[in-house]
Amino acid sequence: MLLYFIKRVGLGLLIVMLAVTLLFLMIHLVPGDPARILLGPRATPELIASMSLQLGLDKPLPVQIMMFFANLFTGDMGMDVITNRPVAEIVFGQLPYTLSLIFTAIIGASLIGIPLGCYSALNRNTLADRVVGILSVACITTPAFVVALYSLLIFAVHLQWFPAVGAGEKGDFWDQVSHLVLPAFAIGLSWVGYLSRLVRASMLEVMGENHIRTARAYGLPERVVVFRYALKLAVLPTVTVIGVGMGFLLSAALFTEIVFARPGLGKLIFDSISTRNYPVVMGSVLISTILFVVSTTLSDLINAWLDPRIRASL
Amino acid sequence: MLQVIRRICSDPLGLIGLVLVVVLVVSAALASVIAPYDPIALNIIDRLQGPSFNHLLGTDQLGRDLFSRVLYGGRVALKVALISISIALCVGVVLGMIAGFGPRWLDNIIVLLFDTVRSFPTVMFALATVALVGPSLSTVIVIIVITSIPTYGRVVRTQTLTMKTNEYIQAERVMGASSFRILSVHLLPNVVGPLFILASMDIPTVIALEAGLSFLGMGVKPPTPSWGSILNDGYNLIRNTPWPIIAGSIPLVLVTLGFTFLGESLRDLIDPKLRNSL
Repeated sequence: MLLYFIKRVGLGLLIVMLAVTLLFLMIHLVPGDPARILLGPRATPELIASMSLQLGLDKPLPVQIMMFFANLFTGDMGMDVITNRPVAEIVFGQLPYTLSLIFTAIIGASLIGIPLGCYSALNRNTLADRVVGILSVACITTPAFVVALYSLLIFAVHLQWFPAVGAGEKGDFWDQVSHLVLPAFAIGLSWVGYLSRLVRASMLEVMGENHIRTARAYGLPERVVVFRYALKLAVLPTVTVIGVGMGFLLSAALFTEIVFARPGLGKLIFDSISTRNYPVVMGSVLISTILFVVSTTLSDLINAWLDPRIRASL
Repeated sequence: MLQVIRRICSDPLGLIGLVLVVVLVVSAALASVIAPYDPIALNIIDRLQGPSFNHLLGTDQLGRDLFSRVLYGGRVALKVALISISIALCVGVVLGMIAGFGPRWLDNIIVLLFDTVRSFPTVMFALATVALVGPSLSTVIVIIVITSIPTYGRVVRTQTLTMKTNEYIQAERVMGASSFRILSVHLLPNVVGPLFILASMDIPTVIALEAGLSFLGMGVKPPTPSWGSILNDGYNLIRNTPWPIIAGSIPLVLVTLGFTFLGESLRDLIDPKLRNSL
């Protein structure tokens, strides 16, 4: 297990480094000087030269990449050239908004999706099961930004039940919660469908196993068999699926944050890309890549811990 | 082929999927015939109208007929999906086979590259690329190709790895067959089935991604109609009229649903073992 742990974490680190290098290459291989693109067409040559110096563009590319990593270890992610604030401060200021959004969405989706899937499995091939199945597929296939647009249109603009934009007043808990409802719904809806299908499938598998038959033979009430013995096992795959699904969650968060004009990592990336603010782009993409790699690595490790066969495959 | 269609039609969801997909393909192909108006013709007098006999889905802020724009938008969606998935499939098959059949070090490098590409959340990668290269349809296609290759490549690699040790492949090798012959004659036909299912299930994702990028203003350039750009117009007009959002989202949702139903039906048909995998 320790060997697997070292290998998997090493792979995760390597992927983050490669991803950063790739991003550097993309920025630098594109025709045109990044400093010139950043400053716009009316920049004077002196201004471009000083900006290049500030961004470290005058050094060779491998040196720039090495410097980026060296600075990273001291917690320095560079300076935002537009507001002159440290990138780390900006990115970590936005991170809590995205994390709270993602976690609310996933917790909400689990609270609805897992019981739905369980119900479907227990009432297999009934009308209710079919309806839940079709609705689940519909939830999965509808893109998050379409759900976001409709919930904005219906619940914020027409019914005015929830606020339309922003993340709420700082310090006012209920205001922040009311701002969280619609965006979390937009991200969570597809996960309701996904989790219900997943739990249904794994529940059906678990219900056919020997220990469930034994539990029934002992005369345990159906309620205890289902909740204490079957569901506990059937829920396990969802943990790993959520880990692997971090990328989808981050992408969905980006769209939702833009639709609801809500601060967060996604909106930060979008805004910094629109203004070609490269240091902020690098910092925010780096953090979201790390989030993604950490969550997939964690889910792989949990999987390997549960299933020794996987350990042998790496 | 006829038998496949007959069997898909016997499954109600498969039938719904097939109908939705056929409607999309036909309406996109015949967009120039069916569409009552030019999708980019301005008509400021008729702006922001609700649905009527003249404008089935209403008009946008420039008076353009939304029904015609939706029809032409289907063309963009279908074009992006077909072109990008075919290219990604071809490259994925080649890379996956090389990884599975080639030397171990090459396998490691290719798998690491796949994992790296997959470690970027797709939309972030897309945004970064568009910001650097500029928005256009071909940029969208390139992004989808790059982000889809690892999925196909990994499937092909795994299949190749498991089949490589089969006795009939060993026998073929003993008889002196070249690697190219083994790969193209024996391995390729075996990996095509699962890949085909995977690709048909990928179409909705790709269509949604194209719409998403166009929604962010990073896909097709205006005034070219795309479902995503119609939705973007709708977002900007959300306090004035709900119709552009409705017009842009209905085909998007129906088509993604149609391709998903069809893909699942195909999957059950070709490989019933996979039925419980999702």
